[in-house]
Amino acid sequence: MSGGTRLENANPLIFQRSGERLLTATDEDEDVADPIDDREIFDIFSKSINDPEHPLSLEELNVVEQMLINVNDEESTVSVEFTPTIPHCSMATLIGLSIKVKLLRSLPDRFKVILVSSQTHLINKQLADKERVAAALENSQLLEVVNQCLSSRAM
Amino acid sequence: MAADNSVLLGLVEEFVSGQVDSKAAETVTGSSEKSIVNVIHCLSSCRLSLTSSQPQTRGRGVQLLSQVLQECYSSLSERELEVLLAFYENRLKDHYVIIPHVLQGLNALTKCSVLPPGSAVSILRSIFQDLHVQSLMLAERSCVYNILVSLMESKEEELKGLGADFIYGFVQSVDGERDPRNLLLAFQVARNIIHRGYDLGKFVEELFEVMSCYFPIDFSPPPSDPHRITQEELVLSLRAVLTGTSQFAEFLLPLIIEKLDSDIQSAKVDSLQTLAACGLTYSHKELAKFLPGLWSSIQREVFQTASEGVESAGLSALSALVSCLSRSVLNSDSEDVLQVFLSLVLQDCQHHLCEPDLKLVWPSAKLLQAAAGASYRASLIVSAAVIPALLEQYNNETQVRSLLMYFSLCLLHKHTEDSVLVAFQQSLCSVVFSALTESGAGLQVTATRVLTALGQQPGLLAQTDVEKVVDHLTRLILEEDDTKVSLAVVECSGSLAHLHHKAFISRLIPRLKEEILSAVRQRCVTALASVSSLPSVVQESAPILLQVLASAHTGSCGFSVEEVVAVCISLQKIAEHVRDSEGIGRFFHDIIIPHLLGLCLQAALQSRDAGQLFERKKQHLWDSSCHSFTSRQVEIPEIDRLLVQLEDLSCTGPHLFSYTFAAKCFAGLVNKMPAGEALDAVLERVMKRISVELENVSSAQRTQAFTLLLWVSKALLLRYHPLSTALTDKLFALLSDPALGSQVADGFCVLMSDSLDVLNRNCHADVRIMYRQRFFAENTTKIIQGFNSAEQEKKSYYLKALSHIVSNLPRQVQLTELPVLLPLLLEALSCADQAVQLSTLSCLQPVLLEPPAAIRNQLEALFSRLLTLTTSPAMKVRIASLQCVHALSRLPEHMVLPFRARVLKALAVPLDDTKRLVRMEAMVARGEWFLLGSPGGR
Repeated sequence: MSGGTRLENANPLIFQRSGERLLTATDEDEDVADPIDDREIFDIFSKSINDPEHPLSLEELNVVEQMLINVNDEESTVSVEFTPTIPHCSMATLIGLSIKVKLLRSLPDRFKVILVSSQTHLINKQLADKERVAAALENSQLLEVVNQCLSSRAM
Repeated sequence: MAADNSVLLGLVEEFVSGQVDSKAAETVTGSSEKSIVNVIHCLSSCRLSLTSSQPQTRGRGVQLLSQVLQECYSSLSERELEVLLAFYENRLKDHYVIIPHVLQGLNALTKCSVLPPGSAVSILRSIFQDLHVQSLMLAERSCVYNILVSLMESKEEELKGLGADFIYGFVQSVDGERDPRNLLLAFQVARNIIHRGYDLGKFVEELFEVMSCYFPIDFSPPPSDPHRITQEELVLSLRAVLTGTSQFAEFLLPLIIEKLDSDIQSAKVDSLQTLAACGLTYSHKELAKFLPGLWSSIQREVFQTASEGVESAGLSALSALVSCLSRSVLNSDSEDVLQVFLSLVLQDCQHHLCEPDLKLVWPSAKLLQAAAGASYRASLIVSAAVIPALLEQYNNETQVRSLLMYFSLCLLHKHTEDSVLVAFQQSLCSVVFSALTESGAGLQVTATRVLTALGQQPGLLAQTDVEKVVDHLTRLILEEDDTKVSLAVVECSGSLAHLHHKAFISRLIPRLKEEILSAVRQRCVTALASVSSLPSVVQESAPILLQVLASAHTGSCGFSVEEVVAVCISLQKIAEHVRDSEGIGRFFHDIIIPHLLGLCLQAALQSRDAGQLFERKKQHLWDSSCHSFTSRQVEIPEIDRLLVQLEDLSCTGPHLFSYTFAAKCFAGLVNKMPAGEALDAVLERVMKRISVELENVSSAQRTQAFTLLLWVSKALLLRYHPLSTALTDKLFALLSDPALGSQVADGFCVLMSDSLDVLNRNCHADVRIMYRQRFFAENTTKIIQGFNSAEQEKKSYYLKALSHIVSNLPRQVQLTELPVLLPLLLEALSCADQAVQLSTLSCLQPVLLEPPAAIRNQLEALFSRLLTLTTSPAMKVRIASLQCVHALSRLPEHMVLPFRARVLKALAVPLDDTKRLVRMEAMVARGEWFLLGSPGGR
């Protein structure tokens, strides 16, 4: 573990992954419309976002929890509260940015995304500012890191 | 000869002067194959050039001679060899431009089987003395290694006589080698040295140093590597060298410990696997000194790693170490190394087990398992220390985890003869029983698994315990509602019934019989099916099931159709898992089948009134009877009558199930009939009947005739029967039939895919390999022609048939055939039939994961069709098309980047699909497309 000194959080607590969502008969039924729900948003994160420091998903690090996700399909709003792995982690902004970008890419346009970190007020302001998010993504280095977080694990 | 000679001389002149290269060499080598005399001629004609004072000319001469020798070395005699060898050894001292050719010649000569005695030693001495191998070019170094390899094959004794000089020479020549091809050769030489008992003398450390500098191997072959050397090959051959002798131990073990500290994943795995390989050759003496270091490294890796590869390598290294230690013979004065080592392991792991909330529990358990699984003695020591502690803990707090650990520990001891668990048998049993009575589903499932494991070892369950177990199982079957638990219980009783059938017959079956008409009959039925694996049990259980069926018929107990079907399925299961036993076969034949047929007949009679309701039941009855018929490869009495009846039923049956199943049974029997007149007669008769029915356009039974035709075609196609082409041609012709076309197209799916109930290998059907490829090769052109000539509205049938055929082909064949089919498949994508779209998409998707070059020109068409389909009304089509779009994102970036914006825009629509499954696919695909061409993406 010689590289350990460089990591901000070298030995994170790992949480068990929840199982795959069970398929129900209505999922297969063409005529039933499935509303977008909390679990669906949660699956977006747990499957496809990695922590920038560890090869682990945000679910395994307990950064996002299904409890803290609220979706209202009719009003087209999503609010996600996330918990950075350690308080005041400098990676928190990055994780937040990744979550935001993933949501923007994965949800229909009609949704309004509200993203809150449970710990730092500052991050919340940064992430709520549309222009700042857009500007951050203009920065190719930052975009690179975000994209790496969003690359699926198989690759 | 004289004329030949002068021609030869001329050619040699040309070659040596460097004018013509290949021609002269070819002519000379070509002619020299004819006769050995020519070598002498060649020598004499080369004489001038070989003695020239110009090194270049001499070089050309030697080159020519070497090429000739490479062709004809096998026909040289010993005396000729002596002369040539002396010449070549001398040439080694010559000018450096000549050396490459000399080595080639020597390489050829050393392959001779009749090398004169002493020659090997002198060749090697001259090579080692006159050459500085490290500074030669790649090809020449490879020559030197090849010479070593061939000499080691033919002159082992002589080389051993050289003693340590040989080792020294080898070490010097290998030092600094970098090319993977040469390294493979060098590793081979080193492996030979070690495994064939060459004396390493004082050069043990030198040899180790020169080999170990490559450890761990980090090699990624260049993408266009023509030699196809893989890292795997290099790793394995180096490992064979390093672990080949225990003399290396004092150097290798510290090296492994050091490399385990590395950050590179593959280096860790390689080190651990090498360590595991050491376990096979080393004894405790070599290991003893390094055990604490090795253990702490292994422990660290297993505790800290996130990668399964490292973990499993660590565990197998540990178990190799332990088994090596347990193998060693001890001196009277030495201490028991195994005991010492295991106490170290126990000391580090055991306390973690007692703190079940921490994350080190599982790694510790795995380490202990690995150690215990290595040998009998180790398992004794480990279980003596661990099991009492775990038992105690179990009594204190009901921890599921600790029980899980018992379970895994129990499983481990399978390989030992006397189970080490005998001492704990009593307490284990009581723990398991108490777990069974508790309410947690997980705990109960685990407990049943432990029971299964316990039951499989002799002596772990006493007779009284077995009875208790059976009682517990019976209770759970009757009372437990949780599906997981009942599944586990049924499985457990299945495996235990195999070993303790008496207890099951006397206790479980009577209880179930009492309850079989009660509310829990469904579970009773499945349990009965699962315990019936031995003849004695089947004789008890099958009659009960039959009785249920009979009472269902009389309608006295209000059975639902589903339940009756379940009973039939159970009977079918019994028939399946006792397939190979003679006794049961007879029992089925004598008692069950007549009963079933009787019931069947009744059902058929009733079905006129009851209609569809009973059809499903009948299907299963047929199925199970047919299964047991066809599963045994025996002569079936009255097969002719059976065939006639089946044929009748399949041609005239009013209900879909009955005629389909009759056709299936018929096909199953036809497939298995031996070729000959009987079969021909049957086929002729049935063909006639089918043709008559089909030609009569107004006939009401054309569908039935077609179904029979389809299944018979399949039966014949599978066994490569000569008539099958005629039948399938008939099917192709029917594709343009206005009434049947669509059904026929779907029929190709039946024809090409494996059917679950008949005509598969499990029913001992006659299935030839690659029948699909054969069918495809013979018939693609027919489909394409048919498609081109068909009327517009019938084209879709051809497309559907084609997509069924293609999607069932093996991937390899799909890839090679795609260029021809691609236009047609694209056509199929824009066809309105959703089934066609779906099956085309499903056959495109795997192909797109590894796209052939042909796709490049069709991308535009492909994208526009796929993107249109993402909004198709059928959900499955949307999903499949999204998967295809996803697959396309993996194509080389320069090909698909132009489509990025378009795809992203189009995929925004399915993100808001009404179906969740579609949204998930769209989300994944869109995510990948966003990453395409973006920094940090792909």
